[in-house]
Amino acid sequence: MGFNATRQIDGPLTKGDYSLTGPVAREAQNLGMHGADWYRCPVPRAEMKKLIKRRDYPALRDSAIWLGLLALSGALAFIFRDTLWLSILFFAIYGVLYASAGEARWHECSHGTPFKTRWMNDVLFQFASFLALRNPVVSRWSHARHHTDTYIIGLDPEISSFRPPDILRQIAAYVGLIEFPLSIKAMLRQAAGRLDEAEQVYVPMSEQPKIQRTAIIWMMVYAAVVGLCFFTQSILPALYIGLPRLYGVWFIQLVALPQHAGLLDDVFDHRLDSRTFHMNIVGRFLYWNMNYHVEHHMFPMVPYYNLPALHEIIKDDCPAPYSSLWATYREIIPTILRQQKKPSYRVVRLLPQNDLPETPKQA
Amino acid sequence: MTNEARVFVCTVSDIDLDDIRQFDHSGKTYAIYRTEDNNFHATDGLCTHEEVALADGLLDGFIIECPRHNGLFDIRTGEALRAPACEHLKTYKLSIEEGEIFLHLAPANGAA
Repeated sequence: MGFNATRQIDGPLTKGDYSLTGPVAREAQNLGMHGADWYRCPVPRAEMKKLIKRRDYPALRDSAIWLGLLALSGALAFIFRDTLWLSILFFAIYGVLYASAGEARWHECSHGTPFKTRWMNDVLFQFASFLALRNPVVSRWSHARHHTDTYIIGLDPEISSFRPPDILRQIAAYVGLIEFPLSIKAMLRQAAGRLDEAEQVYVPMSEQPKIQRTAIIWMMVYAAVVGLCFFTQSILPALYIGLPRLYGVWFIQLVALPQHAGLLDDVFDHRLDSRTFHMNIVGRFLYWNMNYHVEHHMFPMVPYYNLPALHEIIKDDCPAPYSSLWATYREIIPTILRQQKKPSYRVVRLLPQNDLPETPKQA
Repeated sequence: MTNEARVFVCTVSDIDLDDIRQFDHSGKTYAIYRTEDNNFHATDGLCTHEEVALADGLLDGFIIECPRHNGLFDIRTGEALRAPACEHLKTYKLSIEEGEIFLHLAPANGAA
């Protein structure tokens, strides 16, 4: 490769290579790749202090709009349940607000950044975690690890773009067929008090009671929904709770794939392993500005409503942002097709002034 | 080193109100805080979760937030308040004499 890095692995990579307990993980640990120093664009401390300050108003306003639309679309779907096309239309809107916007809020709240008032953040985090069907304790630890070791093979538990890519799996993910069954299975396992092999790596055992308690409560809610479906002889209750994770995740899958797909792994520079792209105001509202993904990874303390300002400050030290979501797919689709035959192929983003990525400090 | 050992850190005016300064001494990193009420506090300078410098974090009242994973600590007690920070920070006594800040190197709390 034409850049400086501790390790670059040619493909094809197996499931075991991505495991947090396999030989590739041990190699990464031995090379000092865990918790390495990552490149950060220079931002004056005074500017950064302004950017990381939280305010309640933007997140309260956006949450009120989101919850209002969720309630309205849900109510309209119920009112027009006997008119097929209207019912489908309103459930389609409800599903995206529930599953996709809900997942975006789970993500932001896992960082604790949207609100100045912490209990507000905690309440929204618990609610959005339920919508996203991700245990709040496990997912917070998993996501912390993702930020520590972003796309470091064997260390990052949230890698979803593999080499070679599994195209059928990705297509199935757009309609929730991958994560929904896995999430249900994980909830049942966690309710039984068991953590899987990866979770045991990044979640302290002291957190286990909290994980189990939440999983049991959720399991009871889902059991009640299923019971209500049988009692009413209708799928309607599940269309409101649970099934949106099937029919409403397409949007978050669509906008989340460009975060890292086809870019370099095993580098210590978010400008090389993440994408920032421009998006319209509706998309940014639903996604809570995570299209500014380089900025988010480089400075995860910055709340979503300050990411556009951060982008303006550091953009000259970053690769050019993609002009649209479509522009990212114009790169991603040929890349993953090429990776089918050549799994070592990845997109190398052009850094300003041919800057080279930082090499991590060895442990 | 005795419990009385202390070192000069900086002057009071070197730290803005509601801000943090990193201080490295003998291979150890400390964080010196000046809170909005114009009091000074000192803790270990690296987050107990992944050893990230807390001086780059957000100080909100008496709570410091780690810049990488948003773990929270109370700077008065060193107590870890939110995961992924689980292990407490050590806190340290500061002395201020004629506008100069001195750090006492012996931990003031019983954090592990």
